[in-house]
Amino acid sequence: MPTIVVEVMPKAELLDPQGKAVVGALSRLGRQQFTDVRIGKRFELTVEGEVTEAVLADVRTLADDVLSNSVIEDVVSITVLDAAPAV
Amino acid sequence: MRVGVVTFPGSLDDRDAQRAVRLAGGEPVALWHGDHDLQGVEAIILPGGFSYGDYLRAGAIASLSPIMTEVVDAANAGMPVLGICNGFQMLAEARLIPGAHTRNAHQQFIRRDQVLRVENASTDWTNGFAEGQEITIPLKNADGRFIADDETIKRIEGEGQVAFRYVGVNPNGSMDDIAGVSNARGNVVGLMPHPEHATEPGFGPDMPDAMSSGVDGLTFFTSVIERALSK
Repeated sequence: MPTIVVEVMPKAELLDPQGKAVVGALSRLGRQQFTDVRIGKRFELTVEGEVTEAVLADVRTLADDVLSNSVIEDVVSITVLDAAPAV
Repeated sequence: MRVGVVTFPGSLDDRDAQRAVRLAGGEPVALWHGDHDLQGVEAIILPGGFSYGDYLRAGAIASLSPIMTEVVDAANAGMPVLGICNGFQMLAEARLIPGAHTRNAHQQFIRRDQVLRVENASTDWTNGFAEGQEITIPLKNADGRFIADDETIKRIEGEGQVAFRYVGVNPNGSMDDIAGVSNARGNVVGLMPHPEHATEPGFGPDMPDAMSSGVDGLTFFTSVIERALSK
């Protein structure tokens, strides 16, 4: 079955406390070259049937209304993965 | 007055909210997230807790619950609705109030007795206070940082929709020290600290004159009940 991947990131101008904690840890590991880390979310929606334009439109709506909160987050990408090849 | 308290999966403070309503002279009514029935209540409380384990975003999944259809309709028709902590997050997710919440800026859960300044004493839930009055009620949260874009902050500051502000050290990085906000009409109020935990002597926050004696939270519940009775 095909999978639709939705990626959501905290808005660039907002403090991302999780990312800040990770960049601090990287720095303590001697990796000062990484000056920033931001942590987002990846949703994988498995779809029954074909990914039609209507399905994609619905996913765009859900990405904006449910999977993200536009006050604090941006939907950065929506991509379709092909079904995993049969082994 | 019948005041409904909605229980969601993961609600923690629904019983305390019911108790606060009773102590204020109201009749608490337990409402269930999965119903489409407000059981004839005249006001609604969305209580604190960690509904759905804060999955997705704090309050997000609960804000899509069946009963929220009725809660949103009632709020838009003018029914008093109070969101406490996780309930505040639900109100923001349901777009009944402006803004949103993220993880505390210092990344730690915080629990302490918190001093607030009442910035708007005209809402359905704050009219028993005096404007500028300082009150003490418990604060306990992880995702308590209130944020909104600059334009929204300017608008709610200008129109008196900031209901409460933190006094002293900002406990979570909320913009403009905002602890609670209301909708434009003043019937929907959300705040991060917990008035329902400061309603009975012996069980409230420590006060200068006696430990555990703080009952400043009771005024939230008497405000809504007395305003309803005077109509």
